[in-house]
Amino acid sequence: MSDSAPIVEMKKINKSFPGVKALSDVDFRLFRGEVHALMGQNGAGKSTLVKVLTGVYKQDSGTMLLNGKPIRPDSPLAAQKIGVNTVYQEVNLCLNLSVSENIFIGKEPMRFGKIDWKTMNRNAEEVLKRLNLELDVTGSLSNYSIAVQQMVAIARVLDSSAKVLILDEPTSSLDEGEVNQLFNVIRKLRDEGLAILFITHFLDQTYQISDRITILKNGSFVGEYKTDELPKLELVTKMLGKELSEFSYSNKGGEPAGVSQGKLEGKATLQVKKLGLRGSVAPFDIDLYEGDVLGLAGLLGSGRTEIARLLFGIDNADQGEIRIRGKNATISSPRSAMMAGIGFCSEDRKNEGIFSELSIKENIILALQARKGVFRYLPSKKRSEIADEFIRSLGIKTPSANNEAGQLSGGNQQKVMLARWLATDPKILILDEPTRGIDVGAKLEIMEQILNLSRRGLSVIFISSEFEEVIRCSSKIAVLKDKVKVAELRGDDMTESRIMRTIAEGK
Amino acid sequence: MAWWKRLTGKKLFWPLVALALLLAFNLFFTPHFFQIQIKQGHLYGNVIDILKNGSPIMLLAIGMTLVIATKGIDISVGSVAAISAGVVAMLIGGDLQGIPKHPIFESIVLAVLVCTVAGLWNGMLVSRIGMQPIIATLILFVAGRGIAMVTTNAMVVWLYAKPFAIIGQGYVFGLPFSLYMVVVLLLMTLFVTRRTALGLFIEAVGINPTAARFAGINAKNIILLVYAFSGFCAGIAGLIVCSNVMSADGNNAGVGYELDAILAVVLGGTSLNGGKFNLLGSIVGALIIETLTVTIYAFNVPPEIAQVVKAVVVYIISLLQSSKFRSSVANMFGRRELAA
Repeated sequence: MSDSAPIVEMKKINKSFPGVKALSDVDFRLFRGEVHALMGQNGAGKSTLVKVLTGVYKQDSGTMLLNGKPIRPDSPLAAQKIGVNTVYQEVNLCLNLSVSENIFIGKEPMRFGKIDWKTMNRNAEEVLKRLNLELDVTGSLSNYSIAVQQMVAIARVLDSSAKVLILDEPTSSLDEGEVNQLFNVIRKLRDEGLAILFITHFLDQTYQISDRITILKNGSFVGEYKTDELPKLELVTKMLGKELSEFSYSNKGGEPAGVSQGKLEGKATLQVKKLGLRGSVAPFDIDLYEGDVLGLAGLLGSGRTEIARLLFGIDNADQGEIRIRGKNATISSPRSAMMAGIGFCSEDRKNEGIFSELSIKENIILALQARKGVFRYLPSKKRSEIADEFIRSLGIKTPSANNEAGQLSGGNQQKVMLARWLATDPKILILDEPTRGIDVGAKLEIMEQILNLSRRGLSVIFISSEFEEVIRCSSKIAVLKDKVKVAELRGDDMTESRIMRTIAEGK
Repeated sequence: MAWWKRLTGKKLFWPLVALALLLAFNLFFTPHFFQIQIKQGHLYGNVIDILKNGSPIMLLAIGMTLVIATKGIDISVGSVAAISAGVVAMLIGGDLQGIPKHPIFESIVLAVLVCTVAGLWNGMLVSRIGMQPIIATLILFVAGRGIAMVTTNAMVVWLYAKPFAIIGQGYVFGLPFSLYMVVVLLLMTLFVTRRTALGLFIEAVGINPTAARFAGINAKNIILLVYAFSGFCAGIAGLIVCSNVMSADGNNAGVGYELDAILAVVLGGTSLNGGKFNLLGSIVGALIIETLTVTIYAFNVPPEIAQVVKAVVVYIISLLQSSKFRSSVANMFGRRELAA
């Protein structure tokens, strides 16, 4: 890391939105050849700061210097031109275009006034090689996994002469191997002299990859630290401003998980026998009782989401049966699943969950209203009551229930989806990656909610890539590997090492 | 400037400003534009003409608004209106004494029913087969003219039953009868979309169809319904078109109406991207279009460039409605408050 002048320097940045002060007097420095982690809870101002730097927003006051010269980019394109490139959390790629088209979109190499496909494909291969990827660059991007798509998004900005690379939650949908692959690329780029700003919610990854950390809290600058001089616990305390005792991640002897560990001895809510769909997931059994939290643990693509989709009627099983509260249930569509008392929060908030232009209130009452039907419209007063109740009980941070849901942070959107299903008073709730892409504080709150719900007799199916979270929340864990349910773990067997061993050995 | 922000934040504000500007222009430059006389017991004048001639587009725009709100589009409405005209003309027809072949009321109901079925067909293609709306309705856009021609045996069919003329030419309490039809349909649609959850469901489907399905909304039926309703509206508009001239011409009835209807919806502030819709805005949009047409005629613009003038004005109005354009203009004059 160089101790010379920073390549990016932001001083006393202020930015307000209607009703919210998003940044107040925030300082930030980024050096050549370093990986700098920007940490903070949802709503801490990370995204806003990055958006100011990349020209999406204009700061109300404060200065920005690039290489010592003041800059004021008025669009992401302008920022890109001066060498500040961003890969956003929700990747913006064109899935129906080819890999090389995605990399060179807007800057295609031309020859005699036409696109020079040969050069373009060759260059694409070279750029990808820099990321240790070998793909058929003429193939449609939709053929590749989200992980590969993420790499392509990076390749896209690498190609131009970037000075600063901003990675906003690049790892949130990657499995461990892919994360390592990405980190190798990041280290390589850092050693080549690039200044890399890395935004993540994964603490471990921050320590694996970053040289320096800047912490924000509630829109204010908390401090800048060298990563190896800042113990993990201290980082977390500074981010949250909470006492450490509120934060124990331990399952052992902890009260919360004890409740869900079958103590309720309730009635059977969901019995699944040999349910399966060829090409999607092998036949599996599930037995859920009131107050049960079943964790689905497995790697990316192991069949977790496929199980959720079968149970919620998004995909239709070609074999097996589902019994809900002892009665045979035919679940052929999300609507029929809802009518049978099942709720489902998709892992893909943006495309399958939130209606960004509808108000928070409308988002919350939607499933309940769909259940009641078109004509039994909830009275206006009732709608507000329901929305306000969940905004309060789930701690959704918003000035008003009438604000657009699209303006909320990821964690709050997740809570809105949770509220939507809780409003229908479901018997079984399926949560697919409810903690993905949200900060530590919101994660804890979501998990706390899950435990609360199970205490009240709700059966929950909880899917998460974080084994730690699955263990903490679940009363039993189904381990999945390659679209097969390979084992069910209970009690003392529910440890990270046991899950990983089960996945590795496949039994 | 809080009041200004609140005012400009209203969805109807900019469409109304555009309409007001057009009317203000006429106030100063078109003599007698606002003059209203009483002739033969009813009101008569440019303003009344706008309301009367604009009613078919207003009716179409009501149905189109809901279709566009689901992120769809219905370009078949002009042809469907022609079917309606053809069916009702053939059924009523009649001799020169004006005795209808079939009862007028039953004929009207049947014509509108046929058009609703035509709309259902569009809805089936879009919701069940998953065809893209512009392609699905393009089929009926083309075929509809053919169907209309077949119903009228490829002739212009004349009607002689006087009572039928009321729909397009009649007046009640001094105002055009067709205007009452618009008001009734508008109120009914407002009631059904805002007093039931239908409006919310339509917006949800338009914003995010997958999420709507996952929230337990029967998105397919919602889509089916809005296309059927658009066909229904087109059917009623066709009656007016037919009654205006007391004849049905499969080739020329309602030509280009679909584009005016779409334009009315867009001018009224409903985005072609679907989602939030504004029925009153679409009515204002239709009035803008009709006012523009009447203005152009009143101004004696040569017919060969009338369309160009119309296009230029529509272009300006669209710019006026774009918040991005407004804020950049406001910035140019250094008055950032206007940007809201």
